Amino acid sequence: MSEMAAAPSTVEKPPAPPRGWTRERIFGTALVALWAVAGLGLLAFLVNAWNPELFQKYAPAYLSGLGVTLALVGISVTAGAVLSIPIAWMRMSKNKVLSAIGYGYVYFFRGTPLIAQAFLVYYGLGSFRDQLEAIGLWGFFREAWNCAIFAFTLNTAAYQAEILRGAIQSIGRGQWEGAAALGLSKFQTVRKIILPQALIVALRPYGNEIILMIKGSAIVAIITVYDLMGETRRAYSRTFDFQTYLWAALIYLAIVETLRHTIEWIERRLTKHLKR
Amino acid sequence: MPIMKRLALAASAAAIAASFSAANAQETLKIGTEGAYPPFNNLTADGKLVGFDVEIAEALCEEMKVECEFVTQDWDGIIPALQAGKFDAIVASMSITPERMEQVNFTDPYYVNSLVFIAPKDSDMDPSAVGNMVIGVQEGTIAAIFAEETYPDADLKAYPTQLEAWSDLDTGRVDAVLADFGVQYDWINSDDGACCEFKGDPVSSDDRIGIALRKDETELRDRFNTAIKAIRENGTYAEINKKYFPFDIYGE
Amino acid sequence: MEDYATLLGFGPQGWGDQIASGVAITVSLALATLPIGLLAGFLVALAKRSPEPSLRLAGNIYTTIFRGLPELLTLFLVFYGAQIGLQQVLHLFDPEASIEINSFVAGMVALGAVFSSYASEVFLSAFRAIPAGQYEGAYSIGLTNGQTMRLVILPQLVRIALPGLSNLWLILLKDTALVSVIGLADILRQTGIAARVTRQAFLFFGTACLIYLVLAILSSFAFTLIERRVGRGGQHS
Repeated sequence: MSEMAAAPSTVEKPPAPPRGWTRERIFGTALVALWAVAGLGLLAFLVNAWNPELFQKYAPAYLSGLGVTLALVGISVTAGAVLSIPIAWMRMSKNKVLSAIGYGYVYFFRGTPLIAQAFLVYYGLGSFRDQLEAIGLWGFFREAWNCAIFAFTLNTAAYQAEILRGAIQSIGRGQWEGAAALGLSKFQTVRKIILPQALIVALRPYGNEIILMIKGSAIVAIITVYDLMGETRRAYSRTFDFQTYLWAALIYLAIVETLRHTIEWIERRLTKHLKR
Repeated sequence: MPIMKRLALAASAAAIAASFSAANAQETLKIGTEGAYPPFNNLTADGKLVGFDVEIAEALCEEMKVECEFVTQDWDGIIPALQAGKFDAIVASMSITPERMEQVNFTDPYYVNSLVFIAPKDSDMDPSAVGNMVIGVQEGTIAAIFAEETYPDADLKAYPTQLEAWSDLDTGRVDAVLADFGVQYDWINSDDGACCEFKGDPVSSDDRIGIALRKDETELRDRFNTAIKAIRENGTYAEINKKYFPFDIYGE
Repeated sequence: MEDYATLLGFGPQGWGDQIASGVAITVSLALATLPIGLLAGFLVALAKRSPEPSLRLAGNIYTTIFRGLPELLTLFLVFYGAQIGLQQVLHLFDPEASIEINSFVAGMVALGAVFSSYASEVFLSAFRAIPAGQYEGAYSIGLTNGQTMRLVILPQLVRIALPGLSNLWLILLKDTALVSVIGLADILRQTGIAARVTRQAFLFFGTACLIYLVLAILSSFAFTLIERRVGRGGQHS
């Protein structure tokens, strides 16, 4: 009798799993299940709350907001990259005054919140209208868009200068000496020997900086530039529908993840020769 | 200034305040307002809330014999905050609109408002020919929605508060500001607003301002309505009105 | 021309006291967030280096979400979303009940989540920097798992992770400024109100920037002290 009862259970039982249900496994599975439930809940909520009228009204706004976000980040990261070169150069300069200026610049922009910098540029410079007009700069600072670009460029230039400096300093002295021994000029050395190696080192930090700027740009609506986040807040303040925020979250996550994987892919391609 | 008290507040704020409120115990009523909308509700240098809305709310609370406590909340989150129970009533010059009626209940109007443009005195801005002008509004107000629908070609700039819209009118970043008559009137008659004047007649009128309450609070709404009637009749309303405006803002 | 000293002073016409209370709020928010962020970050790091794939997956989902979302959006999701969610859960038990998540708590939760997902990466790379021999040595002298972690690994981990964590603290300090957008009366909100009312935007936002800078400099001093202490401990043991 007991044999009969035991036999089917051994037959039906699938092959034993490689590991038993340890405490970690139970806990981990529970956590993954929790995420899955949260994800499905989100999906169910969005399907349930789907409202074609709302979509028709706000989808174009989201799209234009997304365009504003991408343009803002694209322009300021590029301009910041240019500006970061002289700053990094000053930071590394042996001249005490120059390096102090470079240090002060980097310290100020990395030590204060971007949102405060944006306020300072937009509303702060706004109170110097007459002075700015006298030197012909008011035309530029009159526009919120220019103020946003200006503040973001100054901010990202400080971070990028540090990335550049770190990357250049990561290249060993031997590389400089070797190039000098081959009779390369300083400019040639920088262009052909140092920069290619430094850029590989800097690639990941640069990628992170772009991601940080995309996330940081979400504050720009406070100075009347309506980016993706601004359009989201506007939609929420009109509809009081929470899905407005969830859509924004999905869009931001998609951009950031795409960017992150692209950078990793580029890095893998560029460092192929370093792998054995 | 009681910094220590603020510190203690911050510390106590660290605990999630879960209040299991019974419907009958309403000795204190929390009133939500914006605090950036002079002369209706704004903050002074020593952190005090002042203004027409504030005084009306105080008068109503006294009439209803309840203790009132003010909570400031940014405009774009003021209705969600009401629904979440952060306060029980919004007394913040909120217009009664169909969209808001879907979310909240309103009392009878406690004043009537219209939308009007202001612009610098030397500007020949004309409300009937807005074209592609740069118009400043406060985001989430009826002025913002009205301007969006009425002036599709205009370059609309939406600000978090009314004060910032005016500040940019003064610097010349916007050509004109569209907002409630009451606030605009007060501003152009202040030192800050000396630059500017009304342009044309109000572009929309008969906009009723009420106190917003949560949907299920019908009893509270009735009490507010009774109180509004009472302060209208006993002269308290007229007294407050006189302090802020030389004209009758209640409209009828 | 208004007198700057009066505007920034502590008198009835001055905004000094409001700004001071803003500094207190900013600092207490950052200090309240720090232990939550550190603990959560450490646990997530443990999950991500676990031999158990499901734990690693759960940890990676966590960091992907909170490092991918803009901090401001995370803040709104917590401030409005958690409020709505908790309210609905609570109503299942008691339809009369109401729960309130104020901006301080919302800030703590949102910034803690962001901090912890970055901190988990810092801890993870610190874990990788500790050679396997340290574990093997500890086990061979008969220490349990917990003892190994507490007595052998953690002290080294803290030392290696400290520079990364101090960087995250500075980021946290700056991120608290975002909470002003959901209405917490921190430095930026108080100076913002002052700027609007007095129309001295440059003065007050400039002051705000300088206060953040001072806080950053003070933090650097504190970290130098801590690093020296921890470093000395390392030399003795």
